[in-house]
Amino acid sequence: MSDAIKKGALATRFFSGSNAKPKFTIGNYAPLIALIILVVISALASEHFLMPRNITNVLRQVSYTGIIALGMTFVIIAGGIDLSVGSGLALVGVLVIMLLNYLGDGWLAVSVAIGAAAALGAMSGAINGALTTKGKIAPFVATLATMSIFRSLTLYISDAGEMVSQNSVYSKVGTGYFLDLPVPVWLFLGLAALGHMLLRHTAFGRHVCAVGSNPKVASYSAINVQRIIFSTFVILGVTVGLSAVMLSSRLNSVSPGDAGMFYELDAIAAVVIGGTSLNGGKGTIWGTVIGAVILGIINNMLNLMGVSPYLQGTVKGLVILIAVLMQYKRER
Amino acid sequence: MTSAQRPTLLRLENIRKSFSGVTVLHGINAEIEQGEVLGILGENGAGKSTLLKIVSGIYSLSDGALHIDGEPVTIGSPGDAKRLGIAMIPQEFNLIASLNVFENIFLGHELKRGSLLDKAAMRQRTHDLLQLLETELDPDSLVEDLSVAEKQMVEIAKALVHDARILIMDEPTTVLTKKEVEVLFALIAKLKAQGVTILFISHKLKEVKQLCDRLMILRDGQLVSMDEVAHLSEHDMATKMVGRELNQIFPERSQPLDEWALEVSGLSIRSQLHDISFGVRKGEVLGFAGLVGSGRTETMEALMGLRRSDSGQVKVFGKPVKIRKLRQAVELGLAYLSEDRQGAGLVMNFDLPENISLISLKRYSRGLINHQQTRKQAQDYVQRFSIKAPSLSSELQYLSGGNQQKVYLSKWMDTDPKILILDEPTRGVDVNTKKDIYHFIQSLTEQGMAVIVISSEMEELIGLAHRVMVMREGRLQGELSDEQINEQQIMLLAAGLGPQQRETA
Ligand SMILES: Nc1ncnc2c1ncn2[C@@H]1O[C@H](COP(=O)(O)OP(=O)(O)OP(=O)(O)O)[C@@H](O)[C@H]1O
Ligand SMILES: [Mg+2]
Repeated sequence: MSDAIKKGALATRFFSGSNAKPKFTIGNYAPLIALIILVVISALASEHFLMPRNITNVLRQVSYTGIIALGMTFVIIAGGIDLSVGSGLALVGVLVIMLLNYLGDGWLAVSVAIGAAAALGAMSGAINGALTTKGKIAPFVATLATMSIFRSLTLYISDAGEMVSQNSVYSKVGTGYFLDLPVPVWLFLGLAALGHMLLRHTAFGRHVCAVGSNPKVASYSAINVQRIIFSTFVILGVTVGLSAVMLSSRLNSVSPGDAGMFYELDAIAAVVIGGTSLNGGKGTIWGTVIGAVILGIINNMLNLMGVSPYLQGTVKGLVILIAVLMQYKRER
Repeated sequence: MTSAQRPTLLRLENIRKSFSGVTVLHGINAEIEQGEVLGILGENGAGKSTLLKIVSGIYSLSDGALHIDGEPVTIGSPGDAKRLGIAMIPQEFNLIASLNVFENIFLGHELKRGSLLDKAAMRQRTHDLLQLLETELDPDSLVEDLSVAEKQMVEIAKALVHDARILIMDEPTTVLTKKEVEVLFALIAKLKAQGVTILFISHKLKEVKQLCDRLMILRDGQLVSMDEVAHLSEHDMATKMVGRELNQIFPERSQPLDEWALEVSGLSIRSQLHDISFGVRKGEVLGFAGLVGSGRTETMEALMGLRRSDSGQVKVFGKPVKIRKLRQAVELGLAYLSEDRQGAGLVMNFDLPENISLISLKRYSRGLINHQQTRKQAQDYVQRFSIKAPSLSSELQYLSGGNQQKVYLSKWMDTDPKILILDEPTRGVDVNTKKDIYHFIQSLTEQGMAVIVISSEMEELIGLAHRVMVMREGRLQGELSDEQINEQQIMLLAAGLGPQQRETA
């Protein structure tokens, strides 16, 4: 692959063949079109699919990994990757419940715990960020290591036993509704809107894209490349912390062994299905939202149609493959 | 040799090319003869690179046909082109940064002994090629550590490795200094004597005049003429290319003020730069000359905080400053247009407004970016530098090389600099726009801006600069001013033979 192509062209090119075209083509909207088709097929295949209860349910299912996928979008656009988010979620979840049980009952304790979750998440992100920027370790390797470390600490702290919250109102956060939509869904959509603003309409977002596209050009444009990369990991960490709150308050507990298991896969898959290139440089938040919803609908449909749950991983894998293949085609 | 004696090798028949509905080549017909050096001229965006990319299989043609030796051929991929004996030195480098020189040169057609790579043979062959090009490059250096000129030499070597019948060169000399250019031209003469046909794109009319047998001139995707070079003066070439008379390429020089804008003393980087001292006044153009690798770029990068320096003092408008980061330099009003627009200048998948506002983004955002304002500003630059782009929202990768350069210049102008450092500012820019840029620089100095121009184009320094510093092997070799600035003096100093060798202050 050439210098030029690697640096610039790989990120987004929406047309196959050797003659790349700078035009808005269907490729731009591929995730959205895929979603619409999927919804139509699902609606035809099962009469339960479009029922409000089911839709709400799908959205809730999606929101936990979806929130993380939003942060992951920033990291991937800046040229990184984070495999530790699932373990990070479990660790933050366990710590938050411990804190909550220490603080006692009531909304004040819950608010403090939520703040602490965001801060703890940010810290886990900062560790990953420091390893990749200061330590110059490839993000894949660095976060593979922290994935293992976070999980092991979670098990150690909790003695591998389920952590149950004694706070009587905590579970209202995750199970609550507002205007007929579950709270986690609101948080997901709210953070998505925020993320979109940040990515598209602020200098920071522009710098994230520039860094992912060509770090040398970015540094010759007076951008602090290391700081930008570090910040993306911290942002991701915050989303991990918030997702930990949503999940643990929904269940009112955390099981340290399998909380957040494979969340990194779902989050990365949502980003990729949403059209963000794994090579960095360009991507969208709305694509990620759609990617997450697509994954959720596929799971839901397989359930509704009674497909063995053991096969769901296969279907998910195939969808990821198709999304990546389509991206490669567009990038060539 | 006159054209009558040479057989036709390559015939272009009604070549058309459009990109998403926009036609950039409108039916080109031409016959290219065996063993000729054909120059190809045209303004930025005229379609020169596109035409030759069709011949070398990078783009497929929308309509028309190619014939070689009278036989119709289809060139659907670079592989096809290679089989037909066509090699191309592209305008934008196509090297893999993480591989070394010989690995790049043999990429895709590695030499093997049995099933193992024959590194010794590849290294040797690379060494021979580099020697032919008279560069001291090591076959084992990593490409990412090379300067732009060195990368250019690697690209040339890479094209030479397949004994091609048709060798296409897309602006191979833009970053080379006189010495390398002479070596290249000698090589071209040798290849030509062996019957190789050479297609040579350039914006340097003098070179074209010196090197080529015939000249193809394109304007807006149409063939304007195919002429014997002997029948054309440089002035004729420019006129045909632009479609109207061009005069006074270089403007009158303005009178510099007395006030120093920038003073640098004792700038050193261990084993790279030795005790560099110079200054530039408000309203002055200071030129920097020297061969490739003489340390001009390193000097400016050290000054701008892009490279660590070991010692040196800098004063900006009389005030001592310490510049450790590029951001600080920018805030002090310094701007530095790097010679490497592809590697260090532009984000190729950003559009025009995104690129132009990248450094000055703060000015357009109060929390949120005012996109409308960035677009409007970009539109202004498009007009000022006559940037030709499919649209404002085209990604930079779809602009022609010269037009990319103009966007890059806009990007730095948008930081509102007071001291402008331009490293090869007209790299790949056509004569007409060069003229615009020179007049633009002049108007800036008129308003009191201090400008430093690093250039491998001698005329540029002679035509623009009030004073010229000549560098050699990381040292200042001498300073020329006013009438002293001429080609001979510069060359002498650059080669280390200067009559006025002096210790720097
Ligand atoms: N891949 C592409 N997609 C869309 N437009 C393109 C593409 N490549 C080139 N163009 C357009 O075609 C026109 C001709 O470009 P080309 O690169 O051939 O110009 P050129 O004559 O080589 O100019 P320069 O002297 O600046 O290198 C330009 O207007 C450019 O924007
Ligand atoms: Mg070109």
